[in-house]
Amino acid sequence: MEQPSVEQVWEWLDAVPDPEIPVISLVDLGIIRDVAWEGETLTVAVTPTYSGCPATSIINMDIETALRGHGIEKLELKRQLSPPWTTDWLSDKGRARLEEYGIAPPQPAGGPTRCPHCGGTHLEKLSQFGSTPCKAQWRCRDCLEPFDYFKCI
Amino acid sequence: MADNQQLFQFLLRMGDNTLILGHRVSEWCGHSPILEEDIALANTALDLIGQTQMWLELAGEVQGEGKSADDLAFLRDVWDFRNVLLTEVPNGDFGRTMMRQFLFDAWHSIMLGRLLKSSDSRIAEIAAKASKEVAYHLERSGDTVVGLGDGTEESHARMQEALDYLWPYVGEMFASDDIDAAMVQAGIAPDPAGLRDEYDALVGRFLTEATLTIPDNNWAHKGGRTGAMHTEHLGHLLTQMQWLQRAYPGASW
Repeated sequence: MEQPSVEQVWEWLDAVPDPEIPVISLVDLGIIRDVAWEGETLTVAVTPTYSGCPATSIINMDIETALRGHGIEKLELKRQLSPPWTTDWLSDKGRARLEEYGIAPPQPAGGPTRCPHCGGTHLEKLSQFGSTPCKAQWRCRDCLEPFDYFKCI
Repeated sequence: MADNQQLFQFLLRMGDNTLILGHRVSEWCGHSPILEEDIALANTALDLIGQTQMWLELAGEVQGEGKSADDLAFLRDVWDFRNVLLTEVPNGDFGRTMMRQFLFDAWHSIMLGRLLKSSDSRIAEIAAKASKEVAYHLERSGDTVVGLGDGTEESHARMQEALDYLWPYVGEMFASDDIDAAMVQAGIAPDPAGLRDEYDALVGRFLTEATLTIPDNNWAHKGGRTGAMHTEHLGHLLTQMQWLQRAYPGASW
């Protein structure tokens, strides 16, 4: 088979959902750092979000499954630590989808700007730590619903 | 130039600190006073274990005997561990756990900040990753120490008791030896003794706000980071942490 272009591979990866937050793709999350052909071998560099995130091994498996499904035979996944992942790398598409899903996207100010449920702006932090390493718990004082906030790192 | 054996020891010190404290903190899972704290402690433990994987993986590489991070974590005995004693003392009550976390986080954040400039790029990369996580740990443990210290009469008394109990374990984090000297020489890591002033200033700020009194006596228990003598608590911890690999050698997911 003809070697698929790097652009094509990026498109395929953009269809692989994050295992914890399936409304955004791995590309939206900003953890795919590089895609390249080294001779016959396709290399994909992946950076972990948090060093202990249990999703990391699932993510590697999902990437492998997806690319093998597209006929890639020689594949090498590389772990890239530097520069460390930052929430600045979340795509705009990813941010919008997070909010639709009920997770407030990260903000430079360090806290959510509005409630992802009702749009209210009277918010309080419940805990800097949430259901996954990348999230904090907040509550809206307008609609009284708790929600996840994707915290900046 | 530092030899590989010295570098290996330095990496064990970093990785064993996070491994043993990570395991201790994980013991709270399902037992914390409220759900949010339970989740926060579990997340902190998870970060520490993740950082352990990076440190011990590199340690195994430097050692050159083909050992993985898991081999180093699960197949060494007490005498081969290089964590400071502070990380292995039992959790005590929630207040003591948070005080221990704060005293460690403050050192950890300063140490990692220095390691960002390590001459060894592999170490600088791990430090860059870990320091972002540790900033959140310190924010939380510091706030909690202030909240409980400057809280009710009972919470204040318990936090002062925790500080009195743990303070003799602080000094070990700043006790330099030949290995540290070799790291300094090679530009790999800072002299721990040189971090003390910054630490005292940082910790002092929080503890003053927490209305707590730092004990006068700076005498320190030592022996963890050199491996000369651990407390009796580490062996008990390892029997639980290493049980599966000892009972079923080579078992994997």
